[in-house]
Amino acid sequence: MKKWQCIVCGFEYDEAEGMPDEGIEPGTKWEAIPDDWTCPDCGAPKDDFEMMEVD
Amino acid sequence: MNTMTMAEARAHDRKRWLWPMGFGIIMIVAALALTGWITGQTWLIFAGPIVVYGVVPVLDLLIGKDSTNPPERVLDILEDDPFYRYSTYIYVVVQLILFVAVCAIVGTQDLTFWQWLGFVSTIGMLSGVSINTAHELGHKNTAVESWLAKIALAPVAYGHFYTEHNRGHHKNVATPHDPASARMGEPFWRFLVRTAGGSARSALDIEKRRMARKNRSFWSVHNEVLQSWGMTIVLWGALMFAFGIELLPFLVLQAIIGASLLEAVNYAEHYGLLRKKLESGRYERCQPEHSWNNDHIVTNIMLFHLQRHSDHHAHPTRRYQSLRHFDEAPQLPTGYAGMIVLAYFPPLWYRVMDKRVVAHYDGDLRRANLQPEKRERLLAKYPPPHAPADASA
Repeated sequence: MKKWQCIVCGFEYDEAEGMPDEGIEPGTKWEAIPDDWTCPDCGAPKDDFEMMEVD
Repeated sequence: MNTMTMAEARAHDRKRWLWPMGFGIIMIVAALALTGWITGQTWLIFAGPIVVYGVVPVLDLLIGKDSTNPPERVLDILEDDPFYRYSTYIYVVVQLILFVAVCAIVGTQDLTFWQWLGFVSTIGMLSGVSINTAHELGHKNTAVESWLAKIALAPVAYGHFYTEHNRGHHKNVATPHDPASARMGEPFWRFLVRTAGGSARSALDIEKRRMARKNRSFWSVHNEVLQSWGMTIVLWGALMFAFGIELLPFLVLQAIIGASLLEAVNYAEHYGLLRKKLESGRYERCQPEHSWNNDHIVTNIMLFHLQRHSDHHAHPTRRYQSLRHFDEAPQLPTGYAGMIVLAYFPPLWYRVMDKRVVAHYDGDLRRANLQPEKRERLLAKYPPPHAPADASA
């Protein structure tokens, strides 16, 4: 499981948690999220996310 | 298929050869101010406010709009065209040279009060416009551009903007939680106090949490707010060391003027606009309808397409040359330069803008971002559909 972070506003998407509010099940891989999905906080496109180091 | 060359793509940008005027305008302003000082025409030293408040709004009205969008495949190519980013790099260098040169004049020459006031207002205007250039640079994820953004914010002592704008404003825009989103009925001067204090607090809070997450102290050299403020201390310190401590009031006042100019632009960008709160407690995503836009050419050149603000919020890392006009985004009657003059006179501002907010929400101000203590009065003045004024209280 990886985490992805919006480079604009810092929002974090955690694959383990998903986003049940948005119909994204826990465990959903980043690659499985539709390309037109955008950052729920600032609206930046999926391209503006980067994989985070997970410690 | 994708055989378009850079040269063909460039031909699509109608404003291509105007973009270097971004730094051209500040050079002209500085040249006018220096001419005014040398020739004894003191009024000309006030070139900064004359150009920003007078010449640019008039030119916007005379020259008009450009609402064209190049095709998507052209935008992809233009995005990578270095020509555009060089204009922003050159801007930062020019601004810094002008700033130091005027500090040298103010610190070492015998100026009359009016000459001093002219220089402080002109440099204040240039500092304010340079916050916008720092804004363009601060959204880009390259080391060069991040550092140029911080350098551009050093003279005006507004380095926290770099942090707050990206991680605070872009997240909270058009909600009551954003210090930089103006509420309908909120006079500009109150907004100025709220946004200046709120943005600095928000920036410090963001960096405090980021440092804690990385197990670093708040006082770490990695704290970007402290880095930026440190650059201001070094720059201002060096200038006062070179040209005398008497420079301090000049430095402080130009920074206040510059920051207020930027905040007046902020005031216009999202006035009264509100994202809906969802059942989950989050706000709906930021949409084109949550920013005021404008396509007047002169202000768009001076501000690197900042007024195509809806697309900026949809694609914050997109470079200025590829920002698009949206028909569905709310439009201001004139450019940001003209709108800030209106903002200084709240009754005039309300007269021009309030009816536009009402129309934008189809008459239902319950969907707008209202100044809390004016809520009742605004809803009584503009009753929502199907709710008579006396029944809504």
